[in-house]
Amino acid sequence: MEPIRQHQGLVYPINRANIDTDQIIPKQFLKRIERQGFGQFLFYNWRYDDDGNVRSNFSLNDPKYKDASILVAGENFGCGSSREHAPWSLQDYGFKVIVAPSFADIFFNNCVKTGILPVQLTTKETEVLIANAEAKEYKLTVDLEQEKVYDSEGFNASFSLSAYQREMLLNGWDEISVTLTHEDKISEFEAATSR
Amino acid sequence: MQPKTIVEKIWDKHVVHQEKDKPDLLYIDLHLVHEVTSPQAFEGLRMKGRKVRRPDLTYATMDHNVPTLDRYFIKDPVSKKQMDTLKDNCEEFGITLADIDHPDQGIVHVIGPELGLTQPGKTIVCGDSHTSTHGAFGALAFGIGTSEVEHVLATQTLWQAPPKTLNVKVNGELGKGVTAKDLILAIIAKFGVRFGTGYVIEYTGDAVKSLTMEERMTVCNMSIEAGARAGLISPDETTFEFLQGKRHVPDGEAFDKAVQEWKALATDPDATYDATVEINGDEIEPQVSWGTNPGMCIPVNETIPSPEDANSASEKEEIERALEYMGLEAGQPITSVNVDHVFIGSCTNSRLSDLRRAADIVIGKKVSDHVTAIVVPGSQTIKLLAEAEGLDKVFLDAGFEWREAGCSMCLAMNDDVIPYGERCASTSNRNFEGRQGNGARTHLVSPEMAAAAAIEGHFIDVRKYTVPSFSS
Repeated sequence: MEPIRQHQGLVYPINRANIDTDQIIPKQFLKRIERQGFGQFLFYNWRYDDDGNVRSNFSLNDPKYKDASILVAGENFGCGSSREHAPWSLQDYGFKVIVAPSFADIFFNNCVKTGILPVQLTTKETEVLIANAEAKEYKLTVDLEQEKVYDSEGFNASFSLSAYQREMLLNGWDEISVTLTHEDKISEFEAATSR
Repeated sequence: MQPKTIVEKIWDKHVVHQEKDKPDLLYIDLHLVHEVTSPQAFEGLRMKGRKVRRPDLTYATMDHNVPTLDRYFIKDPVSKKQMDTLKDNCEEFGITLADIDHPDQGIVHVIGPELGLTQPGKTIVCGDSHTSTHGAFGALAFGIGTSEVEHVLATQTLWQAPPKTLNVKVNGELGKGVTAKDLILAIIAKFGVRFGTGYVIEYTGDAVKSLTMEERMTVCNMSIEAGARAGLISPDETTFEFLQGKRHVPDGEAFDKAVQEWKALATDPDATYDATVEINGDEIEPQVSWGTNPGMCIPVNETIPSPEDANSASEKEEIERALEYMGLEAGQPITSVNVDHVFIGSCTNSRLSDLRRAADIVIGKKVSDHVTAIVVPGSQTIKLLAEAEGLDKVFLDAGFEWREAGCSMCLAMNDDVIPYGERCASTSNRNFEGRQGNGARTHLVSPEMAAAAAIEGHFIDVRKYTVPSFSS
């Protein structure tokens, strides 16, 4: 997993609550057995019509957001399924940071395991970011070490991750390798509980 | 001794390792695997030269891609490859697989309990958000992503922070014709689609205690639709009676000993939760979802809400979007809405009792001319049991299709897709945009309500029917 310490990028706003995993990546694209290449399917039914034509009224199709790497959305982002294809598709499309007032539990966890930084800000702060990014080309800096989000115009907000999740992302750890350093404890547990 | 909730008791029994500033390393007793969320995890193991630590605690089946007409004819080569890959992975890593031609095949959350793999006090995970279903047995069961699937395969553990606990107390009793599905839909409609985020729900109260195991599974199944990764019910005599005689459950003296341990898991009388909400079971009516998330639900005799009733600008926008997607008008009675399709199935409502209750409604009647109706049993076992009782005949005579077991139209990953713009009364768990097909319009209901909608061609209060199951 790629470490993430600080990221500066263009913001893409999507002012909707309860964006579920079926919207992030529709089920017909979950059949592939690879981990890469899911970016083309991100928000597929919003980006393309039934015949596969680009929907010009969906904001992600607006060329001004082409290089966006920070997605800002409404409450309860990523609700629904546990499909890790959702963060994979966001990451493969080019998003490194997702900002929202709240996230679904499984999605949040999947982001951390995938190496996407989920940033929880207040509803008010999120609204400011969405308004800015809708109005103009808007860049943000997200600093995981300091747990700060700021722009060049005076916006400054704090967020927090658990110490463990922060370390995971900062170091890009392979979690299984970390766990296997405790392999003797797992074996002891199995022996002691007859598992 | 300090009183504890069932969640705390299960947690304490599974902590392998604790250290400062880290989540607990939690042991996993049962890992269920299906074809969609596992291939990348197995590939990860191969790339690092890792083994599956406990194939004996891992159990796999195929459900999401499985065709329900001719199970041996998989049209989509990508689906076929995903299923073949699971078979190859199970062979390579020594994991038991209920393959497509295996008599135990079925929806992963249906066969776990059916085989007795699901037991009180276990920690159970699966790369599937509806793993919460297994909580009905007093197990701590939750969905995980593919990275965690790989982690559990390699280590049989997960790093988990202890969850907060939320008591959802259902007082009173459910009325006749009001089902477990109506109960969980009413809970989500009342408290919202994110009230459970960050919590494990324990369902308590008289109305919950009197539910059968199959009904409890329906309730726990949709915990994730309230935002909670897991939802459970303290085990009791109903639980033990269901488990006795199941293939993987101990028998004889070992069963009696297990029951003593399971009894001790129930939440202590004076235990405290981080939060509690209450709802009165007597006030719940049959529900129909009208919108694009499971919280957008109303009692069958009410009218579709208006954006003007919203409490905030964002809620107003959400209602407007949902009405537009669903092709509905504010103020319209939900009973005036015609349906094109009826789907009875999914890990929420595809068990034998679900099929029996739906059959009670349709027996001797005919599916409306403009409705296509299908029944998809949750497992091969359920299919055979239902056929032995003649339920297949009841459905077929009424004009339903009788299909093979799988997830089917719940998420339409196989060929069972609702066409663009068409409307489905569905016993499944999610009414998200495009869930049952691009542009498809889903209404979540109980099996009884779905069956009645198939007959009438539109939604109707199922309590207007006189059927044996309402008098018991």
